[in-house]
Amino acid sequence: MDVAAAGFLVAGLAFVLTGVIGVLRLPDFYARLHATSKCDTLGLGLIVTGIALHTGPTLTAGKVLVLVVLVALVNATAAHALGRAAWRSGLQPWTRDNGGYSR
Amino acid sequence: MSGIVAGVTVALVLAMALSLYRVLAGPTVFDRLTGVGLIGTKSIIVLLLLGVRADRLDAFVDIALSYSLVTLVSTLVLARYLERRRGTR
Repeated sequence: MDVAAAGFLVAGLAFVLTGVIGVLRLPDFYARLHATSKCDTLGLGLIVTGIALHTGPTLTAGKVLVLVVLVALVNATAAHALGRAAWRSGLQPWTRDNGGYSR
Repeated sequence: MSGIVAGVTVALVLAMALSLYRVLAGPTVFDRLTGVGLIGTKSIIVLLLLGVRADRLDAFVDIALSYSLVTLVSTLVLARYLERRRGTR
């Protein structure tokens, strides 16, 4: 059981670090939002599932798994809201022609 | 197991520091908000890992649950506010 939990922890950490690299390196806001929202949600899901495995079948483990579902909903909603707000406020996506932000 | 928990915690704190670069550098306010969201998600994980380390996960998981709800409300309110504004650099 502990081996499985450790595997979940390490796999989740790999996803979180991928998301951080994406948010540092990608060229514009929309690309960065795309990288961070999915990688972070999956990384948190894996790490927290590993913690629940480590805890064993208790009420606390159930709450921890509720947190996974909650964060999946929260991150998706927040990313959608931020992307829509950026688009409506006039932020143009990065293309080869404008070579960065244009306004 | 406790060594892996400690290692993952330290790596997550370093990743939070890297996310802070995006908060400080911008260039738009939406980039800053994305960075704040990243730090918030990671701090939820760090809270749970600290709970495992302190052997008090039952207390820490409630804090993590309420913190994730607060993050949702604050991000949605800020996104609605910034939607109606121009010139968000």
